[in-house]
Amino acid sequence: MSQFTSLTSKVVALPRENVDTDQIIPARFLKTTLKAGLGDNLFADWRYNPDGSPKADFVLNRPEVKGYRVLLAGDNFGCGSSREHAPWALMDYGFSVVISTSFADIFRNNALKNGLLPVRVDPDTHAQLFSLLEEDPDVELTIDLASRTLTLPDGRRVSFPIDGFSRACLLNGVDEIGYVLGMGDKIANYEARTAK
Amino acid sequence: MPALDTPKTLFEKIWDAHVVTQEPDSPAVLYIDLHLVHEVTSPQAFDGLRQRGLRVRRPDRTFATMDHSIPTRDRDRPIADEMAARQVAQLEKNTTEFGITLYGLRQNAEKQGIVHVIGPELGLTRPGLTIVCGDSHTSTHGAFGALAFGIGTTEVEMVLATQCLLQRKPRTAQVRVSGSLAPGVSAKDIILGIIARYGISAGTGHVFEYTGEAIRALNMEERMTVCNMSIEAGARAGMIAPDDTTFQYVAGREYAPKGEDWERAVAAWRKLPTDEGAVYDAIFALNASELEPMITYGTNPGMGIPITGKVPDPAALPELAARTALLKALAYMGLRPNQPILGQPVDVIFIGSCTNSRITDLREAARVLRGHKVSPKVRVLVVPGSVQVKRQAEAEGLDRVFTEAGAEWREAGCSMCIAMNGDQLEPGQMAISTSNRNFEGRQGKGGRTLLASPLTAAASAVTGMVTDVRTMAIDKP
Repeated sequence: MSQFTSLTSKVVALPRENVDTDQIIPARFLKTTLKAGLGDNLFADWRYNPDGSPKADFVLNRPEVKGYRVLLAGDNFGCGSSREHAPWALMDYGFSVVISTSFADIFRNNALKNGLLPVRVDPDTHAQLFSLLEEDPDVELTIDLASRTLTLPDGRRVSFPIDGFSRACLLNGVDEIGYVLGMGDKIANYEARTAK
Repeated sequence: MPALDTPKTLFEKIWDAHVVTQEPDSPAVLYIDLHLVHEVTSPQAFDGLRQRGLRVRRPDRTFATMDHSIPTRDRDRPIADEMAARQVAQLEKNTTEFGITLYGLRQNAEKQGIVHVIGPELGLTRPGLTIVCGDSHTSTHGAFGALAFGIGTTEVEMVLATQCLLQRKPRTAQVRVSGSLAPGVSAKDIILGIIARYGISAGTGHVFEYTGEAIRALNMEERMTVCNMSIEAGARAGMIAPDDTTFQYVAGREYAPKGEDWERAVAAWRKLPTDEGAVYDAIFALNASELEPMITYGTNPGMGIPITGKVPDPAALPELAARTALLKALAYMGLRPNQPILGQPVDVIFIGSCTNSRITDLREAARVLRGHKVSPKVRVLVVPGSVQVKRQAEAEGLDRVFTEAGAEWREAGCSMCIAMNGDQLEPGQMAISTSNRNFEGRQGKGGRTLLASPLTAAASAVTGMVTDVRTMAIDKP
């Protein structure tokens, strides 16, 4: 299923706090019954003018960021609605990693289940990453899940937290639904035990 | 091994009773008693089941409705929006194919409504249960002393397939609300007050338990309003210990236990409240006696002030990130630093949503609007949370109070809270809304939202501007 091992990529900086999932993908795009195709409307209201033309000052509309796979965003990323369309849109656009100082609970869960890696860093590292990108927008970061590390261009390595189970699932592409289906007996026992 | 009498919180009791298995270094496999499904976050999950060749493990524990993408008028006509029509048809197909009860526009339509309104209304929501739905406002159901939280679509698929979720145990936080509410101040003001004080990420990683005399004094619908917006403080779930108020509300409802089963259930529910001496990981507090009606001025639910207050000044904020965020928010909202929020003209009043669309909410709004006309400068939408709420309101004559005042009386649904069903703000319009989110564009692209209580919304409907209900002559409840 969803897998992540490591990647090296340039970075899109979005220095906003509390980016809610309504901004990531507005509700009017949730009438789809598919997972694919949401990337075109990622951050739609920040990205497009009312006539549909791209807003020149929004970072995703700079031609050079095409293909960047890391998003660096402000604190409390992904707050609000539980829509899994948010990680679907981020991934469909081409992101594989979001770096922030914190993530909202439901977004974080949804991201992990789709192979979109939420990388939490301390506020100092976070501020350094933003200033680094301001000096040199072509900075590349390496994110390695096995070693739980983010490597800066100067070779400095910062570790990030992720629970062992989620890490193993992502590294090995474990199908979590298959994993729980495999516990059918235990679930049946629980149901028998709790039924009146 | 801990002693048998180790004090436990309400949350811990429900959690412990639902762990199917806890493998080392893994999340718990948590059993889900009730799975609520709606049209927007479920189609991809049902597709997943089909791809795997699976059935729904417990269709008897799974209930569906349609609320987000459906129109709230012209229900006798086909849905004009083709994508919404397809999504609704997909839910009809999926629930038929997988044997799930649907409260839809055609099937069991007399009980259709917002998922977080009909669950409690039907007696599906009960103390001690684990409840999930692909919707972050599932926290609403915690008002009954249930563990209820929103999940994503991959998790919806997992629950459909296994009736279980993989969950890491969250931390707990006590939210103690002391004192009592003054007239004109409501449950909505309690939760807006908590979020304004502690911020929109204070609850991240935690389950809230609301305690204190101000919470005990609330009726069930008011408790639902409080728990509903737990997620706006970052907490996936918010709970209130069940008591006689809870039992009286549940008694006699369609899916509530009956006869001896009822007696047994109540006896079990009485054991759920947090034990004396149980420890929470965090504590938040609010004195309800000090609360005024609250209103938001910005673009997240934490940007709230007492209604007699002034819009904050970015220049007064020492931290750059906070200053930038406030500047952006005020620019979006078209509000000036230091302006009093009272008297701010508005274009639209929305009374509805899973936060405030139940019968007591409508009674409160009607109490203010009775004998008044809404300002000719505003459009006022009153949207009941369910068909049953609508019928009840009409039986009480509330619909006539609203329509005679000049408000629109709609069919049940999420309506303008989410702006994906035809009800929405135009760019630049400002609304006072009884809903739960004031994010940019939430109620329509370019729309501006001030979150407030039904009392404040109704009072402001009369004047066409932000108005303190306490300054109006209205009937006693």
